[in-house]
Amino acid sequence: MKNFQIVRALSSGSAVTNISKDPSAMFIAGGTNLVDLMKKNVVAPEKLVDITALDLKKIEFGTGKVSIGALAKNSQVAEDKSIKEKYPLLALALAAGASQQIRHMATVGGNMLQRTRCSYFYNTDMPCNKRTPKSGCGAIGGSNRMHAIFGASESCIAVHPSDMCIALAALDATVFVEGPKGKRQIKFTDFHRLPGNTPEKDNTLENKELITSVEIPENNFTKNVHYLKVRDRSSYAFALISVAVGLDIKNNVINDARLAMGGVAHKPWRLTEAEEFLKGKTVAEEIFKQAANLSMKGAKSYGDNDFKLTLGPNAIIEALTIAASK
Amino acid sequence: MAPKKTNIKKVIEDDTNSRRDFIKKSGLFTALAFTPPSLVMASEKKWDEKIAEYLETVPLSIEVNGTKHNLNVEPRTTLLDLLRENLQLTGTKKGCDHGQCGACTVHVNGTRILSCLSLASMQQNAQITTIEGLSKGKKLHPMQEAFIKNDGFQCGYCTPGQIMSGIACIKEGHANSREEIREYMSGNICRCGAYHNIVDAITEVKEGGKPL
Repeated sequence: MKNFQIVRALSSGSAVTNISKDPSAMFIAGGTNLVDLMKKNVVAPEKLVDITALDLKKIEFGTGKVSIGALAKNSQVAEDKSIKEKYPLLALALAAGASQQIRHMATVGGNMLQRTRCSYFYNTDMPCNKRTPKSGCGAIGGSNRMHAIFGASESCIAVHPSDMCIALAALDATVFVEGPKGKRQIKFTDFHRLPGNTPEKDNTLENKELITSVEIPENNFTKNVHYLKVRDRSSYAFALISVAVGLDIKNNVINDARLAMGGVAHKPWRLTEAEEFLKGKTVAEEIFKQAANLSMKGAKSYGDNDFKLTLGPNAIIEALTIAASK
Repeated sequence: MAPKKTNIKKVIEDDTNSRRDFIKKSGLFTALAFTPPSLVMASEKKWDEKIAEYLETVPLSIEVNGTKHNLNVEPRTTLLDLLRENLQLTGTKKGCDHGQCGACTVHVNGTRILSCLSLASMQQNAQITTIEGLSKGKKLHPMQEAFIKNDGFQCGYCTPGQIMSGIACIKEGHANSREEIREYMSGNICRCGAYHNIVDAITEVKEGGKPL
């Protein structure tokens, strides 16, 4: 690992000031992804701004919403009694990610900023447009079992790796950020982006803005929810495909639905068309099958990941069935 | 265990170019604001760059297994390397060094974390417990005894991490069934495949109810 300077920020303002005057500076909190990337020389910042002393760790329940500080630990949120009660989908998704040691270290803000786990991105001997723009994509025509089936481009077919973010996308969260130009909010589904011709950009943050919190509006998805994660081993592995489901069911009729997929695109993949289709329908396997078929419109595979075209709809049906039966 | 001097020499040899670039790029104001006084002094007195590199460390106060240490560490030193290379506590193992195997699991302020992905320079005033800090004199910790009794290992390389994780698993309240133990121990990989006996050991300690 190349050496670097480390500065401890004592306020979000000084963190933002510190980072904006140094082009290669980066924030560090849990470090579970960044330190790994630095060891592999995928990134080599000359300065790290340690933000762990900032007062951004609280989970605060307000009227009609919860605000989760960017430095709240993944395990802290996953095991918070009120989160489990009011936002169980988020707790389930968090518990499905990484290992308990990593969840104790990783923060909510850092989880959102995780880089892809595409092996070409991690291997500095290989071409990767995300790591080195214009160097080519090793995964297209290469080993691409983990890769995208939605929204990919000729530049990049990598997928976003987070579980937490799939639940936050489904639950209509909002991201609060602070930068040199002040504070602003970003709709969660607009936070991550598709690769297009600039896959080096994972998200829509500008000028090294600092994530300060995430807000989730109150909802009725407290009972019939499920986070299904299909992976190569039963725990501690990234998703081949994951499905976040929230259903609001009364008298066997679906009043409202939330549906999002992970492991399929460069961002959490919200399935709004299927959600609309499910509204007002009576719970039935046939309805879930139709919703799954709607969800897969436009899917495209790249060889090694052809199986995702079958696994995808099956996972959606399974997740809906489990959620409806709770 | 390589002596400390060898490590420092190696760092200088491996990384001379980047350090030189860094020092050239650092303006005086940056240096004054963010680098340790020793480096500023080295720069003012026009000491050799290698000496300046040697001095470019950050002060760190840390408590490990009840002993307080005041050290100077390179910002890039991981907690794992600090324990093994600087403090000669080699019980904590370096498996993958990338957060995938759990062999480096230690407790920081009572919470299990991966020391290979933690920067030592970010552990100011932290209380660390490693495998060496578990026994009381010659009396082993109940989890250590249970691992021996239940054959919870073969080669033993993952064992310090498994034991640190197993204790935390019970303290966190995640050892209520074999299934739950397996899920919450999934961050500790054992290539010998001693999983069944590891779950036995943790179950036995949980049911024994001894203070951990």
